Amino acid sequence: MFHAKITVTLRSSILDPQGKAIEQGIHSMGYSAISRVRIGKHIEFDVQTDDRKEAERMIREACEKLLSNPIMEDFTFNLEPVKQSAHV
Amino acid sequence: MSKIKFGVVVFPGSNCDHDAQFAAGSIMKQDARFIWHKESSLGDVDVVIVPGGFSYGDYLRCGAIARFSPIMKNVVRFAEGGGVVIGICNGFQILTEAGLLPGALLRNESLQFVCKDVFLRVESAETKFTGVCRQGEILRIPIAHGDGNYFAEPEVLDRLEGEGRIAFRYATPDGEITPEANPNGSSRNIAGIVNERGNVLGMMPHPERACDPLLGNTDGQKFFQSVVESFTVHEFVNNLS
Repeated sequence: MFHAKITVTLRSSILDPQGKAIEQGIHSMGYSAISRVRIGKHIEFDVQTDDRKEAERMIREACEKLLSNPIMEDFTFNLEPVKQSAHV
Repeated sequence: MSKIKFGVVVFPGSNCDHDAQFAAGSIMKQDARFIWHKESSLGDVDVVIVPGGFSYGDYLRCGAIARFSPIMKNVVRFAEGGGVVIGICNGFQILTEAGLLPGALLRNESLQFVCKDVFLRVESAETKFTGVCRQGEILRIPIAHGDGNYFAEPEVLDRLEGEGRIAFRYATPDGEITPEANPNGSSRNIAGIVNERGNVLGMMPHPERACDPLLGNTDGQKFFQSVVESFTVHEFVNNLS
């Protein structure tokens, strides 16, 4: 089994007004060194397969068709194997 | 002339479905019924309205989950067969998610939910949805949305413009297209577009909320009247041939 962590963000060419607002807040804290704030979504789920390629294929399709809108968003994901607890 | 049959799709979270049904049925005196999103067929309809609201609570992205509702397969097939499909507000978002219209609706530039009357300039009076309007006519129509910022790549926008597929733009009461008249940051002040074939329209403003004389504004009737008359013209042409 795998555990997937997915990040969806607005494409870099698209203005992110939430990120801009947050950046202003950070600057108000005095941290002018922080810039290019982007906000996104974090999605996690388990994938019941031991085949990494198959897991990646499923995640990619889920991201392309549902979890992100390719017109305005990019996605990245990270896949970690999970040891299932032994059932007696 | 026989009545035009409108079908209004209802998702969990739709909240402009009754207004759309009332506008098409009670005001425009056509047939108008609801279609629950789990129904396996659209039934006998001439026009499908995908109404406004917050389908599935706007979870994930506006319209992202509604697009996978069982009825949407039929809506896509109906549209591909030339059937008239109207997406208003959340309906517009759903139609872009379903790939029936190009582009996407982003969060309003102001990050505010905007609920007010706006002025729309009819950019093309040649569509099925604007046929009774004059080119450049100004309509006062309400908007109510948080994610209505129309976005598409510049080449897509150029194509929409070149092919006369922009139905409405946000304008001043005098018909000027200015940044101040743009309530949500939409590219090139776009408020409504049609697909390549001209049978699918998406718009953020709510014409169904501007139909009843009791509410003091009937500009939205022109929208519904155009749709109804597009069928009359069709019938007329068919009778000639």
